[in-house]
Amino acid sequence: MPVTGAESRHRLILLVLLLAALLSVVVAVALGSVSVSPRQLLAVLGGGGDPLQQDLILVLRGPRVLAAFATGGLLALAGALMQVLLRNPLADPYVLGISGGAAVAALLAMLLGMGATVVSGSAFAGALLSTLLVFGLAHGAGGWTATRLLLTGVVVAAGWGALVAFLLTVSPVQQLPGMLFWLMGDLGYAGSPWPAWLVLLPALLITLPLGRSLNVLARGSLQATALGVSVRPLRAGLYVLASLLTAMAVTTAGTVGFVGLIVPHMLRLGLGNDQRLILPASVLAGGTLLTLADTVARTALAPQQLPVGVITALLGVPAFLYLLYRSP
Amino acid sequence: MALLCAQQLVMDVPGRAAGEALSLTINAGQRWGILGPNGAGKTTLLHTLAGLRAPRQGQIYLQGRPLALLSRRTVARRRAVVFQERQDSFPATVLETALIGRHPFLSAWQWESPADRAQARAALAVLGLDGLQDRQVSTLSGGERQRVALATALTQNPALWLVDEPTNHLDLHHQVAVMSLLARQADAGAAVVMCLHDLNLAARWCDHLLLLYPDGQLCFGPASQMLVPAALETLYGQRLAVGEVDGRPVFMPAAGEP
Repeated sequence: MPVTGAESRHRLILLVLLLAALLSVVVAVALGSVSVSPRQLLAVLGGGGDPLQQDLILVLRGPRVLAAFATGGLLALAGALMQVLLRNPLADPYVLGISGGAAVAALLAMLLGMGATVVSGSAFAGALLSTLLVFGLAHGAGGWTATRLLLTGVVVAAGWGALVAFLLTVSPVQQLPGMLFWLMGDLGYAGSPWPAWLVLLPALLITLPLGRSLNVLARGSLQATALGVSVRPLRAGLYVLASLLTAMAVTTAGTVGFVGLIVPHMLRLGLGNDQRLILPASVLAGGTLLTLADTVARTALAPQQLPVGVITALLGVPAFLYLLYRSP
Repeated sequence: MALLCAQQLVMDVPGRAAGEALSLTINAGQRWGILGPNGAGKTTLLHTLAGLRAPRQGQIYLQGRPLALLSRRTVARRRAVVFQERQDSFPATVLETALIGRHPFLSAWQWESPADRAQARAALAVLGLDGLQDRQVSTLSGGERQRVALATALTQNPALWLVDEPTNHLDLHHQVAVMSLLARQADAGAAVVMCLHDLNLAARWCDHLLLLYPDGQLCFGPASQMLVPAALETLYGQRLAVGEVDGRPVFMPAAGEP
């Protein structure tokens, strides 16, 4: 075996994923009602090109594609972190009810007639509140157990679901389309992509050096403590970070399901479970997946636009069931 | 040299009155066995000595320094813990599992070096797992997993071994292989503390024993002084028949009340 076998293998895999990510962004910018050739794209990025094309790329498609990529990366990273935190491959922001809390808070703000900024802030607060609620309730006398945490999350998610149904029922009809955005996830409503990137990149930089500690944490908190990991601060940090990532993703694109569940899970099946690889790979693969899914959502039934959450669920459910069926 | 020293130590068992305070010194080269019936607190004592749970009172010193004041990483470089129960819910290969024994020796950005890998492979070979290094841990038998856990501790290369039932799930041959591995570690200057259920393993492989009674009382000393049938019968609430093989006592459960 070469001197640093794992390290160079990881670099190669990440390079391939990075190329796939760039390709997905180019494809997403190119496809649509008016297609853009690679040469035109390069011309616009170089500061030139046709003004109409400039508008299309820099104002319309570019920000949306960047928002899609960042949202996918945020969700996949949040899912990967939660799966290590709960030592359960089924953990995901959607399953744990965090997205649900954000949706309820956003709908409430909309029902009260608040503007877009307040709605976003409210979604952010709702996601954080929901995480606090789930983790707080699950922290009983004996500390956190993964099963209790997951069960609490599922029940809280069901509660949010009921509140969502209630809010939809009492809301005026003209508000319903905008509200559905929060429930199904739709990048057509995404504003500036930069807040999401400003959360995603530092989060990735923070988690990279934690990779090996997370590998040890995945063996259980006792074993991790015995190997010198400060489990409590690490778990608390993961929890805050995963909540923050989820809140940012929901604020950008509404509640997009399955990315946080499917992407880390598929990567683990294919690449093993070294968090030093899985965490950055999740960001790249999650971003790629959501970018492509959003492209499909824009173009499949054009001019009709689909919520991207519908695409991820339609892709995610059979993929997940297949993987589950195939795995030993 | 005193590797581990407990002073007036009372372990914290939730919902139970404080037991007798323990003051003992474990020196390099010693092999300690902790004996006691189910629920007496053997594992709790082992975890307390490992610094994994806080004692109700008293102090523990690792190589002369208060355990509570040492960083977890420093402690992990000096002592290894082999647990009775393991959580293998996430996929990992045998080699990856053994390699986490190097975790306390590496900084955050550092990768396992070829020397670390060689150390993990050597540890797997010692435990007879050399052909299995690329297998998923989840596909192994209970005894093989037990040996992987011991290989992880061996990769950690600790001065102090704290092992909860080292022979769990092992066949007779591997029981002897593992106990002689621990004996070799002690001969090389480490100290070994293990919880044991098998009196005969304790009689053969331990030079010191600590008897833990369900009411919190305890007594300890050189194995030859502790292997008194009457005391052991009281400890387990079980009558024993005693024989002798190779000049060592052999204990068998016997019919009737003690």
